[in-house]
Amino acid sequence: MANDPIHQFQISKIVPIEIGGIDLSFTNASLFMTATVACAAGFLYFASSARSLIPGRAQSVAEMSYQFIANMLREGAGSHGMKFFPLVFSLFMFVLTANLLGMFPYFFTVTSQIIVTFALALLVVGTVIVYGFYKHGLGFLQLFVPSGVPGALLPLVVVIEVISFLSRPISLSVRLFANMLAGHITLKVFAGFVSSLGALGALGIGGAILPLAMTVALTGLEFLVAFLQAYVFAVLTCMYLNDAVHPGGH
Amino acid sequence: MFVTSAYAQTAPAAPETPAAPGAAPAAEPHAAPAGEVHTETGVAHDTEHSGAFPPLDSSHFASQLLWLVITFGLFYLLMKNVIVPRVGGIIEDRHDRIAKDLEEAGRAKAEADAAVETYEKELAAARAKSHGIAEAAREAAKTKAAADRSAIEAELAAKLSAAETRIGEIKDKAFAEVGQIAEETASAIVDLMIGGKASGDDIKAAVAAAKTGA
Repeated sequence: MANDPIHQFQISKIVPIEIGGIDLSFTNASLFMTATVACAAGFLYFASSARSLIPGRAQSVAEMSYQFIANMLREGAGSHGMKFFPLVFSLFMFVLTANLLGMFPYFFTVTSQIIVTFALALLVVGTVIVYGFYKHGLGFLQLFVPSGVPGALLPLVVVIEVISFLSRPISLSVRLFANMLAGHITLKVFAGFVSSLGALGALGIGGAILPLAMTVALTGLEFLVAFLQAYVFAVLTCMYLNDAVHPGGH
Repeated sequence: MFVTSAYAQTAPAAPETPAAPGAAPAAEPHAAPAGEVHTETGVAHDTEHSGAFPPLDSSHFASQLLWLVITFGLFYLLMKNVIVPRVGGIIEDRHDRIAKDLEEAGRAKAEADAAVETYEKELAAARAKSHGIAEAAREAAKTKAAADRSAIEAELAAKLSAAETRIGEIKDKAFAEVGQIAEETASAIVDLMIGGKASGDDIKAAVAAAKTGA
């Protein structure tokens, strides 16, 4: 069992709950969602509780995250997009903390579940659609009609734009999900090589050095991916929100 | 794709596991203890999609969605109502404080500049004043010196002219006495040589003639 690279994604019930025939159990995934929220919120809460003029280390990190996302959103969606700041900040912190928590051995990676990333992506795209229609009415559909396209090509371009818009939640969710999944599987496979080769005796221990080095390198890479995917998720969220704020801005 | 590869890896191994007849293909291929396999497959049996690749297993979707909505919703509310205003407030406060401090510094600099200007103005005024005083003193000293000199010169000139007149008087007197002596001498000489008496007028005339001729 220890060597099965898929086992780490297995969901097990901790508190079985079933309402109306639907399984709503509190699982290890739920536990780590709770842990993610507790870690992220707890860190930000205690880091900013001193409110000191000259920030300490923790407060610096909290402020840097804040300004990192604030600048990203301002550049991506302009100053009108700043009303979405709590959403983008929450998404970034949630995904980042979930990814980083997943790097602990034996911890469950919340973002390696397609339904979680898909729900977050739908939240983004849903926000774009709802706010776009609320703010611009049917003018939001301008989004699919880029200006300066010759009349003959326009239907084709509109179809392409619609398809690209509809594929956004899929690409947004699959990118994060697949990165976390593939990274954790690779890490587990290489780590599994180490233990199975190590069991073969002296020659095997010598041969295990290479996968061990790979595991160390992959761990570093996975930390990078954990941050990078959170960043990419936030950047794309900013870009999509820009469409809601400025639908004619193509 | 992932599902099929997972099947491919695990499916042939499934019959090897001693426990759990008709176990899910996801059952552990690596000779795990039977108890663990039981719990593993036991969990899997609870769900309809027991063999699905776990991250894509739709039987857990409802539970995951529910708990994601609960946890992320709480997180969002906490961020929106507590953390974002708080961190934003800290940054805002700092910006305000820096702006205020810069303004204060600017004001202090302006004050310092004004003070320097006043100081330099006063310094220039004092310098001009001291220059004036020195000039006046120099002027006064010069005029006094000039006055003293002219007074002394006048005094000297007066003394000189007095001396000159006195010399002239003495000279005249001496000249006059010379005439008289010459007359007396001439009459004495005439007396001795001729033995006669020359008239005083002749002698006088002769002496005067000699004097002018000399």
